[in-house]
Amino acid sequence: MSDVQQLKPKDFKSNQEVRWCPGCGDYSIIAAVQKTLAQSGVAKENVVMVSGIGCSSRFPYYMDTYGFHGIHGRANAIATGIKTANPDLQVWVITGDGDGLSIGGNHMIHSLRRNVDLKVVLFNNEIYGLTKGQYSPTSPRGLKTKTTPYGSVDAPFNPVQLALGAGATFVARTLDVRPKHLQAVLKAASEHKGAAFVEVWQNCVIFNDGAFKGWTEKAVRDELTIDLEPGQPMIYGKDKDKGLKAVNWRLERTTADDAGIWDPDHECPAAAFAMAQLDNDPEMPRPMGIFRRVSNPTLDALVHEQIDSVTEKRGPGELKDLIYTPDCWEVG
Amino acid sequence: MSTEVIRQDDVTIRFAGDSGDGMQLTGTQFTDTTAKVGNDLATFPDFPSEIRAPAGTRAGVSGYQVHFSSSDIYTPGDAPDVLVAMNPAALIINYKDIKPGGIILVNTGSFQANDLKKAQLDSNPLEDDTLSGYRVIEEDINQRTIEALEGTELSKKDVLRCKNFYTLGMMYWLFHRPIDPTLDWLEEKFKSKPQLIDANCRALKAGYNHGELLRLFQGRYEVPKVTDAPAGTYRNIMGNQSVAIGLVAGAHLAGLKPFLGSYPITPATDILQHMSVLKNYDVITCQMEDEIAGICTAIGASYAGHLGITTTSGPGLALKSEAVGLACITELPLVIVDVQRAGPSTGLPTKVEQADLLQAVFGRNSEAPVPVLACSCPADGFDCAVEACRIATEFMTPVILLSDNYIANGAEPWLLPKMEDLKEFKVEFTTDPEGYWPYRRKENLARDWAKPGTPGMQHRIGGLEKDAATGAVSHDPENHQFMVETRLQKVLNVADTIPTPEYFGPENPDLLVVGWGSPYGAIRAATEAMQADGASLGRIQLRHIYPLPHGLEEIFASAKRILIPEMNMGQLARLLTSEMPQFKFESFHKVKGKPFMAPELKTRFAEILEEMA
Repeated sequence: MSDVQQLKPKDFKSNQEVRWCPGCGDYSIIAAVQKTLAQSGVAKENVVMVSGIGCSSRFPYYMDTYGFHGIHGRANAIATGIKTANPDLQVWVITGDGDGLSIGGNHMIHSLRRNVDLKVVLFNNEIYGLTKGQYSPTSPRGLKTKTTPYGSVDAPFNPVQLALGAGATFVARTLDVRPKHLQAVLKAASEHKGAAFVEVWQNCVIFNDGAFKGWTEKAVRDELTIDLEPGQPMIYGKDKDKGLKAVNWRLERTTADDAGIWDPDHECPAAAFAMAQLDNDPEMPRPMGIFRRVSNPTLDALVHEQIDSVTEKRGPGELKDLIYTPDCWEVG
Repeated sequence: MSTEVIRQDDVTIRFAGDSGDGMQLTGTQFTDTTAKVGNDLATFPDFPSEIRAPAGTRAGVSGYQVHFSSSDIYTPGDAPDVLVAMNPAALIINYKDIKPGGIILVNTGSFQANDLKKAQLDSNPLEDDTLSGYRVIEEDINQRTIEALEGTELSKKDVLRCKNFYTLGMMYWLFHRPIDPTLDWLEEKFKSKPQLIDANCRALKAGYNHGELLRLFQGRYEVPKVTDAPAGTYRNIMGNQSVAIGLVAGAHLAGLKPFLGSYPITPATDILQHMSVLKNYDVITCQMEDEIAGICTAIGASYAGHLGITTTSGPGLALKSEAVGLACITELPLVIVDVQRAGPSTGLPTKVEQADLLQAVFGRNSEAPVPVLACSCPADGFDCAVEACRIATEFMTPVILLSDNYIANGAEPWLLPKMEDLKEFKVEFTTDPEGYWPYRRKENLARDWAKPGTPGMQHRIGGLEKDAATGAVSHDPENHQFMVETRLQKVLNVADTIPTPEYFGPENPDLLVVGWGSPYGAIRAATEAMQADGASLGRIQLRHIYPLPHGLEEIFASAKRILIPEMNMGQLARLLTSEMPQFKFESFHKVKGKPFMAPELKTRFAEILEEMA
């Protein structure tokens, strides 16, 4: 492949017909990923898209990169193997709220804990789509679905808090209906060295239409969401007149003038946790953007550094030395 | 006055004590030294699944049996000649296995009233007639060790922990073994703890001198070294170790870097531990969060161009089975090692069984054929691991290698392969985009392997069925049937690359014994002994379980009856019956968590031969 030729988003499209439902939020996400890759200048052959099972997990087939469509919940584990074997590859995990947080919850937290250099994009539509409409681990209490006809009694996960708790070094949230925001967050994730976790609010038009409408519709969006800008005051509202500040370990509402500065780069994740906690307060805006962005050594790099250092110390292993050790003896 | 030296060609010793007494260490040290002396040997460690069951109880008894000889041997021995019993519990559960007239060395220091109570004994077996018929040697090893270490700064507890080396010293004296290898080992092991080197070395030497000074034994035994062993270089090896070395060697012969994704599980964990040390051989090991992650990282690594490996035991293989199917449909090389243990669920995790055969061959959803092979003894682990790597890479398929607890923890001298006999089977990655598609195949039906990072070869594979011609997702009925048949035929093609098992025995035997896995040693010992007496008895050993090698029909047809001894309820017999219904396969099964012994096999073989007479 030519290094000089600037690739366009369409260069990342495969020849496969995309088969998501008309109006699905997935279309906006794949377009943003393709734009991000094109702008980053990465060579197509160095990108691997890994997925599990679910509507979102068909994603790799639609990309003209390397792709691996795995089994339910295991994308993070497969991706860990790919990235650790070959750290030169840029590895993305495409997953959903069922795939990544229910059946694959264990692999999700452990890949984040290990800080494998993966770009994890979690399409959260708060429902099982591919199995046609059962509640998911992010469905709100009370949601009526095919398996909760009288309303769900499960408490949902907060994906951002889960990722923070697992020790992810990059945690962000964005949404399908704001392509520019989506692309900016994905760009930041792709530039992050380490486990990057991006929750994307994604609308399922068939089984959970409008799940996020209460926050994302133009009429209410500015009042009910806040964009987190690193190093900038935490302000929101149609007239940018409202703000947030930290008081006694909590975030409280204040005026724009009095708003605190948002710092996702601080070593301590307490502010990010407090920010994610706003989801539980109907009086508060829901935060969008980067919650956390810190630098830590990645698993894939450490594995190879260790191999190099042991090899330097003990010398490159020769097959003969593996078999013929000093404790052997001769007969005849 | 010197002690009488009695020449003996074959000795079996069982060391038995509390889990905390260091019997496994004592046994392995005795074994390593015995290997250096030049005897043939075979070992059988037998320990509880609890790390430290309540001290002194029967549940906490840990044993290590070593059989050594001046001639070629295949099993860890039947009835031991010597029992070393460190406490009443160890004595009471082991003495019945000892040969009549055999030696029982008892540590009387652990025979207080409280020790007897912990072993649930109402009376002291040393004081009643329990041990009549044995040569019992009583010694207060606790006290002797305390005396030997007089003046040390170690606590009394730490002093008593040296009693296993005192005991080992006594055994070295009794069987004419040098103590230097163990002294060297102690120096290395406790490099940073000179106090412990000193204490254990003193205990070992004291035990050795004790034999000479105290004249407890009637004589010393000498087991001359093997003189008719095949010439070559040998090394003492345990099964898990030989598999680990074989996997690394196999990957190198394929021109690939090995990647082991695993999760600790008894009795397979040692393979992960051994391979973790070998980082300078370009080995990547990842201890993952669970069994499924273990195999999935290995699959990811194979996709990226490494040789993916995962190691486990039966319950872990069950958890991995969906992912084995994924490796099957994505047609990636992958080596899965199942070190079998006893029982369903957790069962008897430290005991032996070979009841995962049908799980290995059939245990997946839908049609997911996978080549299966089995190693027969600790040294065979190397060849089988290399063979598994060859099949996996030449045929782009997951391969299951079956070992078991008996092989994994048993030890024997390994005649090392000559380096020039290790044939390379280098993988060639596809790099030319011209006419490439993911399921383009070679003559043996293996698909072409292009790895990420190769320009122009971007492709997608995964768990959904793919079109044979384009590699795109396909739900076409004809295509699915074609792909299922192709994947099966590819695995069946492995049979064209494997030898017919060698038959040992007279022409047209009355009874043919078919072995697979670790009963190999007992079967060989039993058949060779009976053949020497003129029995019309032959045997073969199967390494490749699926697909079966060509040429078996002729061998089966030559025998009047066919018997398969296996540590399960007849799984190979069932498989062979379905593959070759024209023959009658009789099963002789044992599922006690213990290996077959040659005498019980002889009895069964003799019964059948008598029925036929």
